Amino acid sequence: MSIYLLVDFGSTYTKILAVDLAEEIILGRSQSPTTIETDVTIGLNKALAELVDVCGVDLNRVEGRYASSSAAGGLKMVAIGLVPELTLEAARRACLGAGAKLVSGYGFEIDKEIVEEIEAAECDIILLCGGTDGGDKKTITHNARMLAHSNVDCPILVAGNRAATDAVKETLEKHGKKVYKTRNVLPSLETVEVEPAQELIREIFIAHITHAKGLDRAAEFIGGPIVPTPKASLQAAALLADGAEGEQGIGSLMVVEVGGATSNIHSVMEQSPVTPQTVLRGLPESRVKRTVEGDLGIRYNAPTIYGLVGRDVFLQRLRGLYPALDEQRFDPDAHIDYLSNNVGYTPTAELELAADIVLARSAVSIAVERHAGTVKQEFSVVGEILVQRGKNLLDAENVIGTGGIFRYGLHPERVLQAALFSPETPWSLKPRAPKTFIDGDYMLYGIGLLATDHPVQALRIAKKYLRI
Amino acid sequence: MSKRQANRSVVIGTIGADAHMIGGWVLEKAFRAAGFTVAFLGAVVPQQEFINAAIEIDADAILVSSMYGMGVLDCEGLRQKCIEAGLDDIILYAGGTVAAPLEIEKNWPEVERRFEELGFDRVFPNTCTAEGAVAALKADLGIVD
Repeated sequence: MSIYLLVDFGSTYTKILAVDLAEEIILGRSQSPTTIETDVTIGLNKALAELVDVCGVDLNRVEGRYASSSAAGGLKMVAIGLVPELTLEAARRACLGAGAKLVSGYGFEIDKEIVEEIEAAECDIILLCGGTDGGDKKTITHNARMLAHSNVDCPILVAGNRAATDAVKETLEKHGKKVYKTRNVLPSLETVEVEPAQELIREIFIAHITHAKGLDRAAEFIGGPIVPTPKASLQAAALLADGAEGEQGIGSLMVVEVGGATSNIHSVMEQSPVTPQTVLRGLPESRVKRTVEGDLGIRYNAPTIYGLVGRDVFLQRLRGLYPALDEQRFDPDAHIDYLSNNVGYTPTAELELAADIVLARSAVSIAVERHAGTVKQEFSVVGEILVQRGKNLLDAENVIGTGGIFRYGLHPERVLQAALFSPETPWSLKPRAPKTFIDGDYMLYGIGLLATDHPVQALRIAKKYLRI
Repeated sequence: MSKRQANRSVVIGTIGADAHMIGGWVLEKAFRAAGFTVAFLGAVVPQQEFINAAIEIDADAILVSSMYGMGVLDCEGLRQKCIEAGLDDIILYAGGTVAAPLEIEKNWPEVERRFEELGFDRVFPNTCTAEGAVAALKADLGIVD
């Protein structure tokens, strides 16, 4: 036996997954409401007690513990850049890839109104970028001055034009701001370099945010740093795709996570043009990519999804899943309203389960469409040419669904179908014919937590427990 | 955009996968004759190289030549990159067979509109003379000889 506990302090629940690394099996899982407002260890201890009940694990024989957290709002960041499609986009990617929740992003020179927005957002870290190395200095210098005179008290990470960084740092420090600096997220116009910024975000999270979020005692229990939950999921995705020494991965993949408030899409796949002649536009795409749709979740944001889809289409899709639908007795408006006001609600009746699936399908469809690239035809002297923007996922080999709906839902595979290529939207480069998997044990975050120290065992467990 | 102090220097080249070089070469001669410093980059020039050269010579303008009809596509994003590179006040011209020939012939205002949208200051049809281009830039820079 070699027992490891993998804890996730979620926004709603503290979840624990117990695995045996020697046997490469999952021993059990438990959860209890997160108690971040009072003392995070109360919820943790309840979950631990439940874990003992569920699988009889002997807590004295635990060999290691890892944890992730998205409690107390997760890692909230604001990104500031210059041109929206260039340094701001690179800054956004740096934040998302570090597992942050991007509160907002601003391009060009920020004004008083924006500064007030940033102050009100109460974010954890501000990522300040702008200008390629040797490029524009004016904007980042202006933006630093604006922040220097603001009431912002979170750490500011400067990752812009190298030639302006020291001056920017000095300006901010003179006004008492906590400043970190690292390499430019866009050192030249063709190179996105977000890793140094992400590494520093991780360090700042461990050094400041763990404490600020009341996670000190949790970190004590774990005996090591706590990472943002999305970062753990991203690590799991990369491990599953790439494999570890001596254990093959499953190849290129996309992970679809539908939550109550947001939808997360991760993809691990080399960027490629749809045809060799296709013209690629926009910043180079990274191999490991994460996007978050803050407006697409099946509880808090059920009304948003419903609004995007429309009542008629919603009912039509619902009838497709639940032909016995009696429209005299079911009022979709009221149901959606109920869901957004009862975010912990888990349906049991078939009609309500079907409604959840329609919501999740719609969320997935839109979220993946925003994550994946597009292709369109343009005409020129030499005939028709294809212009591609964003990431080509047509040939992704695997799609994995994770999140509550895939655990309690009636037909989780139906939700995943919405992530696939559709002839109705041929311009959207979604996966055409991947293998589909369901993370029914909600273990992906745990796999990610193990990925650094125990990659081979973690990978084997993941492969064993992902359901087709 | 702030009006820059004219430095009498330009970058000239043919953009994208286009190998036509004569147009740019003729322009180079004309601008040199008019007393400009010219960075002539030749053909098949990526956007990044135009920008690098412009930074190095502190150029007043980038003159993009395109003869194979895909000028609009190739020029897309150049203005944004210039801003990021600190060239926010640089003048951008495009010239040649910058769109499909039929469109140039029948619908020139539409071609001009598209280039304006891309952030270009002027676009010239292939009937423009090198002297015409020099005169236009001098006017835009407020140079009176």
